[in-house]
Amino acid sequence: MAETKPDTPPMIEVNHLTKYYGGRPAIQDLSFTVPHGEIVGFLGPNGAGKSTTMRILAGFLSATEGTARVAGHDVATDSEAVRRRVGFMPENNPLHDDMRVREYLKFRARLKGLDRPTSRDRVEDVVEQFDLGQVQGRMIGELSKGFRQRVGLADALVHEPEILILDEPTIGLDPHQIRTVRQHIKELGKNHTVLISSHILPEVEVTCSRLLIFHEGTVVANNTPRGLEQSLGGHHRITVELQAPQDALHEAWEEMAEIEHHRILPAEGDFSRCALTPRDGEDLRPRVSALARARGWPLRELTRERHTLEDIFVHITREDDD
Amino acid sequence: MTALLTLARRELAGHFFSLRGYVIMAGVQLLLGASLLTVVYLLNGLAYDLPFTEKFPQTEFFWLVLLMVAPVITMRTFAHEKASGTFETLMTTPVSDIQVVMAKFIGSYVFFLIAFLPTVIYPFLLEHYAHEALKVDPGAVWSLALGIGLYGAFFMALGCFASSLTRSQIVAAVLTFAVGTGLFILGYLADLRPTEVQWWHHLVQHISMLRHMQDFSTGIVDSRHVMFYLSLTAVFLFFTLKSLESRRWK
Repeated sequence: MAETKPDTPPMIEVNHLTKYYGGRPAIQDLSFTVPHGEIVGFLGPNGAGKSTTMRILAGFLSATEGTARVAGHDVATDSEAVRRRVGFMPENNPLHDDMRVREYLKFRARLKGLDRPTSRDRVEDVVEQFDLGQVQGRMIGELSKGFRQRVGLADALVHEPEILILDEPTIGLDPHQIRTVRQHIKELGKNHTVLISSHILPEVEVTCSRLLIFHEGTVVANNTPRGLEQSLGGHHRITVELQAPQDALHEAWEEMAEIEHHRILPAEGDFSRCALTPRDGEDLRPRVSALARARGWPLRELTRERHTLEDIFVHITREDDD
Repeated sequence: MTALLTLARRELAGHFFSLRGYVIMAGVQLLLGASLLTVVYLLNGLAYDLPFTEKFPQTEFFWLVLLMVAPVITMRTFAHEKASGTFETLMTTPVSDIQVVMAKFIGSYVFFLIAFLPTVIYPFLLEHYAHEALKVDPGAVWSLALGIGLYGAFFMALGCFASSLTRSQIVAAVLTFAVGTGLFILGYLADLRPTEVQWWHHLVQHISMLRHMQDFSTGIVDSRHVMFYLSLTAVFLFFTLKSLESRRWK
């Protein structure tokens, strides 16, 4: 990987990892590396192998074939060292409903090998960090989903792990809670390597510095969100609504060399709606707005189409087929 | 070691977080107490050739409670954690599989001992309130307590194993009850008087829990019986460990 400095080994190194469940492969010949200090998004539909990969990296499952190293330790032969360095929040964030928040965090800290004074300090820290002070004496079973999620994050972080693995951390939350959790994850990304999984693209592309795209048990892309965009660049269409004669518009788009293809449709009022496809992934918006200003054409919409997860899958899997 | 103690303590405390633990303890003592009263009432005024410590463990009541309580105590240990998903958070802490097995076992076993502890005073209560002719042999009381303790260790290990096989607490309970009771019933075959003694007669003589308890209740601590329960406990704890490890190679 180009970003990895030669003197620091990658945080996660996965080589030809395969896991069979009762004869069926959940992941197959998976290989990727993740450098230090990145927030990495595992993106893919349900059943693509995200959770299985996370469970192996967290030391819960063993792979059928292949190796995986986390923070320089092999997950199969040095599992305890890996588990000491990983904070894991499984899917659906399971917690002991019959315990109180503070008592639970203390129990988890002790279980993760912290001594009594350290665990007391760390619980104090995470309670403050995730703003759990007001619920620390409450039963976990009585908490709202947003608070449960924060308790889960606090637990994952209580032993100061180097790497956090969070399986679908925002699933089932309302938009406000999602924003809070997202902020926490971004904050954590400053000092930790963070792995999160999701099947929603906008969910991960705003938080992650790297995206791994899973498809049928393999990683089909491992890139920065920008890099992914660029690899799909040719498909970025611009939509613009202008008040101008259709002939003049037609002429203007023909003249602009960066436009490969255009289409003009009449819109509400005297406006026309144009769909412009750029030649090589260039962002046409500055050119178009400059043109409208120069000609004195009123402009009421100028948008660049965003790629959806579907686009990416279609694009990538089509490439594979060719 | 810290992790083992932390986990065992939580396991034990878990029984008292809800009403469950109190209900089990109350149930055990209520049923044993009722059995005691019934036995005392039936024996009242009769000359009986066995001391009370020997008579009580031979009643159906005593065994009913003993066979029922193991599944109720142990059914949660693994099945509940698997069903709720906390098994995953537990097994991704730096705790070894064997520590988890031992913690679950110790938590259940200590609870079992707590639930049966008051039973020890029954004979002394009787001695205190009964006719002065009734004398309790403390040696027999302690050896009977040892017998119940050994029996408990085996059944808690069996229950932990059953619970580790499934995510359903009901399945775990039924499995523990069926295997435990099956073994108990098998012991009855020891009382057969066959015309021709075959190899399995010798076997059932050795595994008859009723006979073991009879020996313990007369103050006989037979090392064969002690080894029988200790080795079965070890075997089932080993099975539990393998069952836990199976998630890695399944």
